[in-house]
Amino acid sequence: MPISRRDMIVAGLLSLATFPSKAVATTAEVLTFDTLYESFGVLGLKFSAQVLALKGKPVSISGYMAPPLRAESDFFVLTKNPLSICPFCQSDADWPLDIMVVYLSEASPLVTAGAKVMVSGILDIGSFIDPDSGFVSQLRVRNASYRKA
Amino acid sequence: MKLSTSLIASLIGLGLAVPASAQVIYPLNRAEILAGSKFDLKVEFPVVVGRDKVSVTLNGVDAVKALGGTLEFVDKEDGQDASSYLLRNVTIEKAGSYSLEVKAGDVSSKVNWTVFDTPKGKIAKNVILFIGDGMSVAQRTAARMLSKGIEEGKYKGDLAMDDMPYMALVSTSGSDSVVTDSANSMSAYTSGHKTCVNALGVYCSRAKSNLDHPRVETISELVKRKQGLSVGVVTNSEIEDATPAGMVSHTRKRADYNDIVRMFYDVKPDIIMGGGSPNFLPKATLGSKRTDEDNYIEKFKSEGYSFVSTATEMRAASQGGATKILGLFSTGNVDGAYDQKFKKGTTGKFPDQPDLAEQTKIAIDALSKNEKGFVLMVESSRIDKYAHSLDWERSVYDTILLDNAVQVAKDYAAKHGDTLVIVVADHTHMVGIIGTYNDDLPGTTPREHLETYQNSKFPDYKPDANGYPETVDLKRRLAFSFGSYPDHCFDAKPHLDGEFAPAAAGPVKGTYVANETYCTPGSVKVVGNLPTDANSGVHSADDVILTAMGPGSEMFHGRLDNTFVFRAMTTALGLAKN
Repeated sequence: MPISRRDMIVAGLLSLATFPSKAVATTAEVLTFDTLYESFGVLGLKFSAQVLALKGKPVSISGYMAPPLRAESDFFVLTKNPLSICPFCQSDADWPLDIMVVYLSEASPLVTAGAKVMVSGILDIGSFIDPDSGFVSQLRVRNASYRKA
Repeated sequence: MKLSTSLIASLIGLGLAVPASAQVIYPLNRAEILAGSKFDLKVEFPVVVGRDKVSVTLNGVDAVKALGGTLEFVDKEDGQDASSYLLRNVTIEKAGSYSLEVKAGDVSSKVNWTVFDTPKGKIAKNVILFIGDGMSVAQRTAARMLSKGIEEGKYKGDLAMDDMPYMALVSTSGSDSVVTDSANSMSAYTSGHKTCVNALGVYCSRAKSNLDHPRVETISELVKRKQGLSVGVVTNSEIEDATPAGMVSHTRKRADYNDIVRMFYDVKPDIIMGGGSPNFLPKATLGSKRTDEDNYIEKFKSEGYSFVSTATEMRAASQGGATKILGLFSTGNVDGAYDQKFKKGTTGKFPDQPDLAEQTKIAIDALSKNEKGFVLMVESSRIDKYAHSLDWERSVYDTILLDNAVQVAKDYAAKHGDTLVIVVADHTHMVGIIGTYNDDLPGTTPREHLETYQNSKFPDYKPDANGYPETVDLKRRLAFSFGSYPDHCFDAKPHLDGEFAPAAAGPVKGTYVANETYCTPGSVKVVGNLPTDANSGVHSADDVILTAMGPGSEMFHGRLDNTFVFRAMTTALGLAKN
């Protein structure tokens, strides 16, 4: 099917909507899943000094978008590795511990499930229960945008 | 046949008889119940019925009189237009055949139960039950080949689990389906009742709450209540996972990890060892998976448990004479034998995880201090998990791991002849050994390297002192084949650096595609034979092998239902007597 000029404009607008604003992109500090925690043990985790220092500040981090709950949402889970949850060998609640919850600045189509993405936004830490899903998170990127990495 | 409630109501309105199947009675027809064990009787009516219109009798006697207990008659269960009759925590003390008959107006139904005695009294002081999760015949054969060796068609040795006097085939289907899961099958072993997929210690009724279904008593509860025995639960999965949970739990849904931790605390097995610490930590702790502020590590400690999180701490607790140990060695599953040997998996984060055989020794040391005896369940859980991920080498290393633990129990039983030892799987996977792969053959793809029949020469695995091959990366190695799989890329080579992850989430929500990481030169893309929402292999319904030794083991022969494992254990322990 030929792509009309109108489709291209719409596509361009959509991709603009999912890219970080220039201000965030230029000042964001890059985080990696390997440096989120200072310690990771049976009795719990401790955030790294870098994470604690970046609370409330712009960050970017790359990871994999976990299969989303809905096709279009302002919420998804970012994981270190592509997720393949086994329904019977593990419970559906069995997320890895080192996950990042992403709140997008606006609801967007989550078309990249399973793909590597780069997320940019404001780092937020501390226990938070998502009012819609009840999902408990400790580490979030808010006011976020993402692009395929 | 299913009838809608409205249709049934119309039939009743017309004065027509409704099929007996319209009423459901738990325990189900043909249930075998240990005399004196507790269970919940539930009758579900398809419509609202008046209490005064209902008659429930056990061998002709009103059920409340015959069974005792307090009747809960629910006019509208969970707000639905359907009534239920519930008698919780009842027992039948006398062995025999029982008929439970229900009448509501013109509608009636009936189930028959067998209540069994344990006529020999207590002939075994201790029971050690080993579960090889998902262990099928092929893993056993491969474990023997890798750890003992084979020459001119004869093995150079037996597995510890092979060398037992009694063997049986055990059938594993549940009350709801041909293919079972680890919850349902463990529930059969620990309660003697078949139930449905995902359920533990309950029948699957129509109750909405996972915790409201009709319960049956588990062996842990029974031996503590009736004989004051000690109980141990040792696994290398998360301790909340289905098999260990089956020792203590009553829930419709195995994924309810936080409830399962509470149930461990309620039953208080003396030895609790596995992974899965996050569900013990209060919500405020970073890394917790609880939704409340309960700190179950502190709760167990206040009940006299030594808490340990490494193999070193476990040994110290044992040497200090601890009789109650809570050991949580990982936030997830404990690493399997392959990853522990080669320092892969999560060994970087958790460098001092214990070995199942040593845990078995430490558990027996602690539990055997109880002069009345003990029941110990030891599970090698990742035989199954690695079979799900089509990673046969890791699955077989964990079969060898199980066998090393079995040897520890046999050594104990050799000195303590009053110990019944049982080794059994809970279900199978569709696996088989079809020959060998030989990298020296021309070509690059797996089928070009496959040797079958007379060309499948004995591979030269070199086991270490614990039976684990020093390497699985041989030019000629076993061709161990999986019969159910998602889309994946297959190169017939071992995954030396990490567990195989055959599929990854696909672009269409809820579907999985081949994990591109493995789609390298020499691999072939295999189109899955499972529905696209499967990301790993599935269980199969084939019978499993059980071997046993010690007093009561002679009950195991021929083909048995999985519920019979409970019957044999309780018979050996004489649990019908007080």
